[in-house]
Amino acid sequence: MSTDARLIDIPVISEPAMTLPSMNVEPILHEVRHALRRLLETGETSMIDLRAMPLAPGEEEKIRTRLGTGEVVIQLDAMGPSTLTETAYSGVWWVEHRNPNDVVTGLYIEVAKVPSIVEPDRQDLIDAVARLNDDLENNDDE
Amino acid sequence: MTSKKRQDMTIGEALRANGVSRRGFLKFCAATASLMALPPGAATAIAAALEKAKRPSVIWLSFQECTGCTESLTRSHSPSIEGLIFDAISLDYHHTLQAAAGHGAEAAREEAMKEHHGKYILVVDGSIPMKDDGVYSTIAGMTNLAMLKEAAAGAAAIVAVGTCAAYGGLPAADPNPTGAVAVSEIIKDKPIINVSGCPPIPVVITGVLAQFLTFGLPELDDLGRPKAFYGQNIHDRCYRRPFYERGQFAETFDDEGAKKGWCLYKLGCKGPITYNACATTKWNEGTSFPIQSGHGCIGCSEPDFWDMGGFYKALSQGKLGSAEGLAAAAGIGAAIGIGSALLGSSGQKAAKAEIKAKLDKDMEATK
Ligand code: SF4
Repeated sequence: MSTDARLIDIPVISEPAMTLPSMNVEPILHEVRHALRRLLETGETSMIDLRAMPLAPGEEEKIRTRLGTGEVVIQLDAMGPSTLTETAYSGVWWVEHRNPNDVVTGLYIEVAKVPSIVEPDRQDLIDAVARLNDDLENNDDE
Repeated sequence: MTSKKRQDMTIGEALRANGVSRRGFLKFCAATASLMALPPGAATAIAAALEKAKRPSVIWLSFQECTGCTESLTRSHSPSIEGLIFDAISLDYHHTLQAAAGHGAEAAREEAMKEHHGKYILVVDGSIPMKDDGVYSTIAGMTNLAMLKEAAAGAAAIVAVGTCAAYGGLPAADPNPTGAVAVSEIIKDKPIINVSGCPPIPVVITGVLAQFLTFGLPELDDLGRPKAFYGQNIHDRCYRRPFYERGQFAETFDDEGAKKGWCLYKLGCKGPITYNACATTKWNEGTSFPIQSGHGCIGCSEPDFWDMGGFYKALSQGKLGSAEGLAAAAGIGAAIGIGSALLGSSGQKAAKAEIKAKLDKDMEATK
């Protein structure tokens, strides 16, 4: 074997070519439709955990493509970046959480007016008031 | 930061002191809920409970093992999600990870055992040799057996990490030269949580600790594993399942079927009798898992996986030769269906019982 043979030259394909129709794409989209109706009729929000599904290689991308992209993108910076993207369907969000190494740790479809993690926690609001009070009392240079 | 001593902090306070925001913590809890097969909405409840939980003292004993379990944990998504829980607990003794060595290390273990008597979590990896009075593995001149008994006496609960601690694992493989046994064969009077796998999935190790801190002792399956993490059958959650149902099997590792990603049952896949989260949680930061990489599951989270007749021997080979056997195998698939991903835990349980009964019957027939 020549010395410059590389691992990548070995013709092994680990990801199978999907010769069967996707098993999960349609059921998940149906579930999204039900969730959207519930949001509209009762205000109840839903979350679908894509990491808990036995998705075949390629299915995640298919679902993502079918849902499309809407007008709003929210970025979080909390223990790594998170991107919450509105899909082409209002109220349906593609939620992707990453850790500080930029590795995906959670992938969800959230059906809500605004993704739940965006709203500040009550305790955070209490802390915010305290900190701002502190700042105004100790910084009277105006 | 509060002026509280580190060991008096709650987990929430310890995380905040490490600069983890509430939203960051929620992300961790969402990943944990997902692992426990809980609805994503449960993340808020987990966050609230963990936030208030006291940081537990953890003593980690390593016996007859290869350090793979510790490697699995420390090489995981470090330095974040799993590291988080580890920062939040108080790891008082772990002879591979701690800075102290020799007498200093053993003194730390004894001190932690005294100070937190009755309250600490004892984590054990590795099996315990029983033959010849346990001389085959000693730490600081003490046999593993003596150390386990001493440490277990003051523990609130024991977490047996890895297949060796849970079921004897490789050291206990035939002919078991050291007389290796599992923790549960020695300790009978303490709750034991088995976190099997060779090694276990890193997030499952920390997830079990998070579950214990949040909800107390978890519900266990008949092999002592937390149902929340080990309720999934690999075969039930395998994306190659449609091929299994159609009877499309790879016959060798380089044939057309293997290239097309067909089912690996005939190449010895132990997915149908294995319970673990590999098919959904996956390995190497969610990249892949053995079956996705073209190799059958070796069943490493099950007792005696090393002695199950060979990694490349099909589960019920005797029957697979006949058309009848294949049809019967396909029948299990058709009855359960891949849609069980959407089932609740009772559905999973029923599916699990059904598969087990069917395979037992198949195995029986091959004898
Ligand atoms: S036998 Fe193995 S490869 Fe085939 S469907 Fe079951 S788990 Fe997947």
